[in-house]
Order: sequence, then C-alpha cells, then structure tokens
Amino acid sequence: MPTPLLEIHALTFEADHHPILDQLDLSIEPGEIHALLGANGSGKTTLAYVLMGCEGYVPSGGHIVFDGTDLLPLKMYERARLGLTLAWQEPARFEGVTVREYLALGKPDYEPAPALKQVGLDPGRYLNRRVDKALSGGERHRIELASVLSMNPKLAILDEPSAGIDMLSITHIIGIIRAVKAGGGSVLLITHQEEVALIADRASQLCAGRIIFSGSPREAVDHFRGRACVRCDGEVCNDVRP
Amino acid sequence: MSDLDDLRRTLPMVGAEPSILDDTSIAHVVAHGHHILSRRTVPGLRVEMEETPDAIVGKLIVEAGAQIAQPIHMCFGLAHPTGVQQINIDVQICEGAQARVLSHCLFPLAQAAEHRMQAVMEIGPGASLIYTEGHYHGPHGGMRVLPHATIKIGKGARYFSDFSLLSGSVGNLDIDYLVEVEEEGIAELSAKIFAHKTDHITLKEAVMLRGERSRSLIKTRVVLEGQAQADIVGITEAYAKGARGHVDCMEIVQGQAHASAIPIVRVFHPEAKVTHEAAIGSVDKKELETLMARGLSPEQAIEMIVSGILR
Repeated sequence: MPTPLLEIHALTFEADHHPILDQLDLSIEPGEIHALLGANGSGKTTLAYVLMGCEGYVPSGGHIVFDGTDLLPLKMYERARLGLTLAWQEPARFEGVTVREYLALGKPDYEPAPALKQVGLDPGRYLNRRVDKALSGGERHRIELASVLSMNPKLAILDEPSAGIDMLSITHIIGIIRAVKAGGGSVLLITHQEEVALIADRASQLCAGRIIFSGSPREAVDHFRGRACVRCDGEVCNDVRP
Repeated sequence: MSDLDDLRRTLPMVGAEPSILDDTSIAHVVAHGHHILSRRTVPGLRVEMEETPDAIVGKLIVEAGAQIAQPIHMCFGLAHPTGVQQINIDVQICEGAQARVLSHCLFPLAQAAEHRMQAVMEIGPGASLIYTEGHYHGPHGGMRVLPHATIKIGKGARYFSDFSLLSGSVGNLDIDYLVEVEEEGIAELSAKIFAHKTDHITLKEAVMLRGERSRSLIKTRVVLEGQAQADIVGITEAYAKGARGHVDCMEIVQGQAHASAIPIVRVFHPEAKVTHEAAIGSVDKKELETLMARGLSPEQAIEMIVSGILR
C-alpha cells in the first residue's frame, strides 16, 4: 500500500456549537482523483476550507497529514507551498490583474498559454484581459482551473469546478482534472455532476460531516442517489429515501 | 544641474521618457515654479503661456478640426524642498479637434511647498480630450496640492481624465473638479491615489449631465496606509432625457488610515438615471485567500491586489 498523500483522521469542525465536520476520516492516494459527493450542507465546502486553512476554519479536533507533514499548524500559503491548492466554487475577481499575471503568480518565467488552451480559452484573446467582473462566470471558472494547473499541485481541491460551465465545455474541465493527475498530482473533486464524478478513481459520500460511503465512483453515485440524506439533524442518515 | 535637468530626470517616475522633450514632433511645456523652462508647439496647437510673479498664466488651444497625433506634455513642478507654483490655464479643444494631454506634476524633494492648478477646459462640439495627470512626490510629504478645474463638454464631445498619484507622500491633496456635459457628450473621470503616512486626500468630483443622452462615469480608487485620511465625494446630477451616470468608488484602508466615501446622485428628469457603488474596507478576504492558496504570502498578496486596483 502506498503512503496516502492526504490522511484525515477524526476531523471535527464546529460552527455555533454545531458540528459541520464530525469525526471525519478520509485518505487520498498519490495520483488519485477522489470525488466527494453529498447533499447541500453536508460539509463538502467546509472540508475544502479546513484543508486549505481558510480564515475561520480551524478544526476543534482531528489530524490532517499532507505528504508526511502535519498540516494544521501551517498557514494557508505555507500549505500552498507544500503543493496543496483550492479552486473556489465562486472564484474571486481581481480588478486590474491580467489573466497572464494571474496564471504566472510567483513564477515570473511561467508561460501561461498552454494552461489556457487546456481549459479551452484562446490565449490571444484572454491573456491580456483582466480577471475582473467583465469575465463571465464560465470564463472565470476556466481561468481558475488554468491557475490551478499552472501550480502543478500535489493535491488540487476543486470545489464544483463545472458549476456555471456550459455542457460542451465540461470536456475541458474533465481534461484539466486529468491533466493534474497526468502531472503526478491528486484531485479532491467536489461535484454534483455525475458525468464529472465518474472520471474519479474513487469517490466518497459525505453526509452531516461524516464519510458514510467510499467506493468506486459508480457505486458512490448510485449510493448517493438511492440513499441521499434528506435531513440528518445530527443523526447520520437517519432520514433516507428507500 | 539645472532645474530643467532635475525635472527631466524625474519624468520616468510618472511613466514618461525624458527624450520626449527633445522630439520636435511632440509639443511640450516645462515650468518650474513660475518660470517656463522649455516649450514647443506643433501644427494645430497654440500654446500661449506667460510668466507672472504670482503664477504661470496661459492658454492651450487645439484648433478646430485639428488632430494632434502625439500627446501634448505639460511638465510642472518644483525641484526644491520649498516653493509655490500656481498655474492658471485655459484649455480649449475647438470643434471636431482631438488631443491627448499628459500633465506631469513633479515634486521629488518637496517638503513644504504648494502647487495650485486652476484650469478651465472647454471641449467643443464633437471634440475629444484625453487628459492624464500623473503626480510624483518624494517621501517627505508636507505639500499642498490643489488641482481645481471646471470642464465644459460640448455637444457630442468626449472627455476622459485619469488622475494618478501612486508614489511618494503628498501631504495634502485637494482635488475639485466640476464637469458640465451637453447633449450626447461623454465624461469619464478616473482617479487612482495611494496615500501614505499622514497624507490627507480630499477629492470632490461633480458631473452635471445637462444634455439629452449625455453620459458620465466617475471612478475612484484610493488605497490608504499609515495614518492617511481620504474624504471622497462623487456627485452626479442628471437633468435631461436619456442622461446616464455612474459613480464608482473603492477605498482600501490599511494600518491606522481612515476613509469616507459619499456618492451623491440626483436626477431631475424622469427618463434620466444615475447609479452608484461605493466600497470601503480592508483588502477583500476572498481575493487575499485565493492568492495565498497559490502560495503568495499575505504581504505579496496585498501588494498584488493593491497594484491591480491602482492600475
């Protein structure tokens, strides 16, 4: 068994004394695409924020080991420098910052055109555009993914990367996810789209802050459909559809 | 070294090459205090400037229909720690003319000095003026800078202004612009200011949309650090059918700095519309975290966000 790239054990995060992540266990292998499924409010995005170390997302218990390093004492940018990154569900807009600059963050010699092409955007049209409100939601999403690709991360957390993307462009998103893997990286893929989830190597279902199922993507999708949590009220999957 | 050499040497601080003063195809005026050190004009442009004991007084006229291909450079400044400069200038862009004016205000050593600009600009029917004013101040602060202007934009005319003060510490800056826009005229006023130490910025820009289908945008970006203070007022009043205006102010406050932004919008015609947005606060948390998730330290991330806003 290879040593997992990411090991999460008994991770607990509370907001207003309510457990959002509840003794959560999860591991991701090197080079693995791991899909994370779950109903709205099940804790998927919270897990992403806790892993990345976003402000206000300090867990009250548990451990996270990333590539052999205890992640929790580290600041956000220190985690990123270890090879961990996050693509937000609603990416930020940056007034005045060009796509070229955004993709080459901290890497002055980086050539950003190939990453743009991989997300289906013409470098000639986009490199000098600003990463601001003038971009559509779909364009901004794709640039976010190109930015993740440009980091060549060990683990990319992609929070609903296909949200707001037109159907024809889903193939570009899938291509990017596979490109991270081809570059030796792993992906934690938070998604509601079956077509995207099925490209994963493994998948887990999150419910009320706990992983309640792990298996093949097909099994996980079927499990999610058949036993989706309607409302847990703290009781993991007490209330399920038959 | 002469005062002219001192000012020339400072031009790169506002993005201009000193060699522009040697180019015979480029018009310019260079004034130190109340002395005109150099001037050149080009066909279609009349520059009538004279020295008085209390001010430099004059006119800059672009003749009707003239299209001035190269920007007109106006370099004003003081090369010494103290002094006063008062510029009284009338700018006339006659009917159908087009020009771009780059005003370079250079005060590299100023510690207790004053720079006053009183301008009246008239953009004739169908004419266009792009006016860019870049300030460079040394690290000392202590200046009083008062650019005041009244701008009249004729029927179908266009006026775009871009004021920037991005390096050095100014002291007190008090901008007061009043813009009147006639039928189908366009006014866009942009200001970008980075205030440090104990700088005090007062910026008042008022646009009166008098004519039908006239349009305007006031866009202000101010970043404050140290104990700097900024009070920004953006006023747009629409008086005619189809007039459209927007006021957009963003201020980023760091350290002990403090800021206010007051957008005032008034509409006096049922078919006119004016909108506004204002945001004051620290650097946006999501922008900051996005950059840190790419490996930038908080300091690097803030620098990138701020430089983008002030671009």
